[in-house]
Amino acid sequence: MLRLGFVPVWRRNFLVWKKLAIPSLLGNLADPMLYMLGLGYGLGRLLPDVAGVPYLNFLAAGTVCYSVMNSATFETLYSAFSRMHVQKTWDAILNTPLGLGDVMLGELAFAVSKSLLSGLAILAVIWALGLYESFALTLGLLPVILLTGFCFAGLGLVINALSPNYDFFLYYFTLAITPMVLLGGVFYPVTELPLWLKGVADWLPLTHAVALARPLVLGQLPEAVPFHAGVLLAYGLAGYRLALALTRRRLLR
Amino acid sequence: MPPLSLKGLHKRYGAAEVVAGLDLEVEPGTCHGLLGPNGAGKTTTLRLALGLIDADAGEVSLLGHPMPREASRARQRVGVVPQADNLDPDFTVRENLQVYGRYFGLTTQQIEARLPALLEFAGLAGRAESKIQALSGGMKRRLAIARALVNDPELVFLDEPTTGLDPQARHLIWQGLRKLAARGKTLLLTTHFMEEAERLCDRVTILDRGRVIAEGPPRELIRLHVEPHVVEIHGEGLDAWRDSLAERHCRRCERVGETLFCYTDAPQALVAELDGIASLSYLHRPANLEDVFLKLTGRDLRD
Repeated sequence: MLRLGFVPVWRRNFLVWKKLAIPSLLGNLADPMLYMLGLGYGLGRLLPDVAGVPYLNFLAAGTVCYSVMNSATFETLYSAFSRMHVQKTWDAILNTPLGLGDVMLGELAFAVSKSLLSGLAILAVIWALGLYESFALTLGLLPVILLTGFCFAGLGLVINALSPNYDFFLYYFTLAITPMVLLGGVFYPVTELPLWLKGVADWLPLTHAVALARPLVLGQLPEAVPFHAGVLLAYGLAGYRLALALTRRRLLR
Repeated sequence: MPPLSLKGLHKRYGAAEVVAGLDLEVEPGTCHGLLGPNGAGKTTTLRLALGLIDADAGEVSLLGHPMPREASRARQRVGVVPQADNLDPDFTVRENLQVYGRYFGLTTQQIEARLPALLEFAGLAGRAESKIQALSGGMKRRLAIARALVNDPELVFLDEPTTGLDPQARHLIWQGLRKLAARGKTLLLTTHFMEEAERLCDRVTILDRGRVIAEGPPRELIRLHVEPHVVEIHGEGLDAWRDSLAERHCRRCERVGETLFCYTDAPQALVAELDGIASLSYLHRPANLEDVFLKLTGRDLRD
C-alpha cells in the first residue's frame, strides 16, 4: 500500500521554497547556464564539431544532467541537513503520526521536484536557442531528468545521514561530484578517455545519465536504455534504502 | 484504561542501562510529573513511550495501542512539546500551525477553524502573521504548546516546558497547563523545577538511574520522606553549635557547603535558641519537594 504520509512533508518544503523561489531559482540555474553558454560559445569557437555537432549543442545534454545532479545533491545535502540537524524539523515531524519513512520519502520527492525544475530550465534554454534536432525526442529528457534526480537524491541522503556537520559535504563533492562532472561525459565524449579512466567513468552514475540524455538532444534514440536507466535506478534505490537505515540509526535509537 | 502504561521497561546504550526496569502508569485526566537528575532516563522514557525507539525489554501501551507497533495510530491522539524549540523558523505563527496540522492529516479548513482558539490559548491572538524570529522565548514556547494541541490530543507530553524562561513567562505557561488539565487533558511533563512539579502535578514519579525511586502526590511524598520543617543555618561557629546542640533539636542534619540543613517536626525550640545566637543566621521554611528530591537522589552533581 502506498503511504501518502510524505505529501505533507513535501508540502512543507514547497511552502518554504515558495518564499525564496527567486533567489533559489537563480542559484540553481545561473551556474549550469553559465557553464553551458560560456564554454559552449567561448570554447566552442575554437573547437571543430564534437560528435558531429557544434560544441554548444554537444554540451547541452551534459549540462541538463549536471544541473539535475547539482540540484538534487544540494537539496539533500545542505537543505535536508539544515532541516534534520540544525532546525530539528525532522524531530518535530517524528512526534506526529508520520514516521521516518514518510519524512525521507518527502525529502526525496522534494529533491526530485527541485532537480526536475533545474533540468526543465536548461531544457527551456535548449529549446529557445534551438540546440536540438527533434523536439519530440527532447521530450524523452523528462524521464531521464526524473531518474537522474532520483539517483542523486538517494545518494545525497546517504551523505546527509553520515554527516556530522556541513564541512563533511566537501568530501563528497571532492571525491564524487567533481570526478563525475569531469569524467562523466559532460564536457567531452567519454570515449576520448584512456581505457583505464573510462573504466572508472563507467561506474559513475552521471555517465549513464549523459549516455541517455545526449542522443535525445542530438536527434538519436539512445542505446542500451534499460541498462543505463537500470544503473541510475539501482544507485538511487540502493542509496535511499541505505540512507533510511543509516538515518534510523542516527535519529531513532 | 490508563492513557500511558509502561511495564518492566529496559533500554541499554552500550554499557549504560539508561532505563532499568521502569514501571509507570499515568491516570486519565491527571498531570503527571517525571522528575530526576540529568541522565536519570526521563527523555529516553518519553521517547520509548512515543514509540520513537524500541525498548530492549518491557511493554509500552499508549492510549491502548501497543508501542511501537501502533505508534502512528497512537500519536494521532497525542501532542508533544519538545525540550528544544523546533518551530519552523521560515514560517509565520499561522503557517507553523497549518503545516504541523497537516502532519496529522488535517485539512486546511479544519486547521483554520481551530486556529483562533489555539492562538488565544497561546496568548498570540493578533500575532498570526508574525515571523518566528520576532517572538520572545516565552511566546515561542507557548506556540510550541499550541502546536502540540493542533490535533486536539487526549494526552500531551511536555519535555521541560519552562526551562530557560523568565519567571513571568514561566507563570504564564503554568496557567496554560492548568487550563489544559481543567479541560480534562492528561499531561505528562518532565521538569527540573521541583516548584513546578509541586504546583502543577497531581502525581510525580522520581527517577534515578533509570528506575522509579518514589511515586505519589507531591504532598504525600513530602510527608512520607522528609520532616515537615526545615531550618537552614549558616554563620560563624556553625560547626561548634552543630557538635554540641544540633542533635537535641533536629531529627536529621545535613551540612552542604556553608549551610546546615536541619529537618525537624518541632522547630519552635530550635528557632527560639537560634534567635539568641547573634553569629548564626537562619531561614525557617516548610519542607518541599526539592528536599525529597535531594534526599532521594543525593546532592552530588550529575553531568
